[in-house]
Amino acid sequence: MSPATDWPLWEVFVRSRRGLSHSHAGSLHAPDATMALRQARDLYTRRGEGVSIWVVPSSQITASSPDEKDPFFEPAADKPYRHPTFYEIPEGVRHL
Amino acid sequence: MNRVPVTAAIALGDDALVLAQRLGEWAGHAPVLEEDVALANIALDLLGQARTLLSMAGDEDQHAYLREEREFRNVQLVEQPNGDFAHTIARQLYFATYQQLMYSELATAQSELEQGGLAALAAKAVKEVAYHRDHAVQWTLRLGDGTPESHERMQRALDALWRYTGELFQPMEGLPVDLPALREPWLAAIGEVVARATLTMPDGPDRTPWAAGAGRQGVHTESFGRMLAEMQHLHRAHPGASW
Repeated sequence: MSPATDWPLWEVFVRSRRGLSHSHAGSLHAPDATMALRQARDLYTRRGEGVSIWVVPSSQITASSPDEKDPFFEPAADKPYRHPTFYEIPEGVRHL
Repeated sequence: MNRVPVTAAIALGDDALVLAQRLGEWAGHAPVLEEDVALANIALDLLGQARTLLSMAGDEDQHAYLREEREFRNVQLVEQPNGDFAHTIARQLYFATYQQLMYSELATAQSELEQGGLAALAAKAVKEVAYHRDHAVQWTLRLGDGTPESHERMQRALDALWRYTGELFQPMEGLPVDLPALREPWLAAIGEVVARATLTMPDGPDRTPWAAGAGRQGVHTESFGRMLAEMQHLHRAHPGASW
């Protein structure tokens, strides 16, 4: 299985049904985008999981680093007022 | 209920069963993990077709596991050994293109025999084999128009299997499809892919004089017996075994 090592890595996103957004399903190695899409079909939708697939070169994804975890995410932890739970819902407003 | 064309169901069923077994041999051995799964998926599609077809002709297990080599009616193309990956792809390209044309015709056939269930099977199978063909086309293009070595191997595979392609287009009893008429569109479809892949169409005979149509008569090539032994030995050793 060694020849695959020089094939680029692709991230696979699958939409499970209409109306939902694509979610990350996994990754695979493929020589190009066309083959990546087909291999994604075979690997991630063979049990009827999807109606649409995206493949994205893993190298094109910019990800947050674990080192930045605290400055990135911790400040949001103690600000419960950002959740929309502090509003009085006026009488007569339905479907909110 | 109309009569099921048993001869045709067995011939098409044996094609699908034998090719499924050959493709299954790649499991755990394919060049890359992704391709391992792709080939197994294709094999399982074919196995599903085989089960439906052989069930139309009686007990599927009886047909698959208890017939002798001479009783199998598959074309010789599908029993050819996997060879290198290019050989497997060439076999897929030739056979899936034929299956797609044949099932398309069968799905819309207006004969009485259509009611035998073949048309319903064909309508489902034609989508499966369209994907099988696409898989083979994609790889043919990449191997043909790839490195000098992949180009040479792909050309060698197309040439080596060419002699088994003539058998696909013999008339078949009970099948409401004019198989000889599919040869022209098949040649055009293969020719288009071969040209795009920067390869050359094989120019040798598409059948050998002593073996023309032999698979459909129950005459098979050397490696078929070994493949059958592997496929059948468990059932023969433990009749009715299941898990």
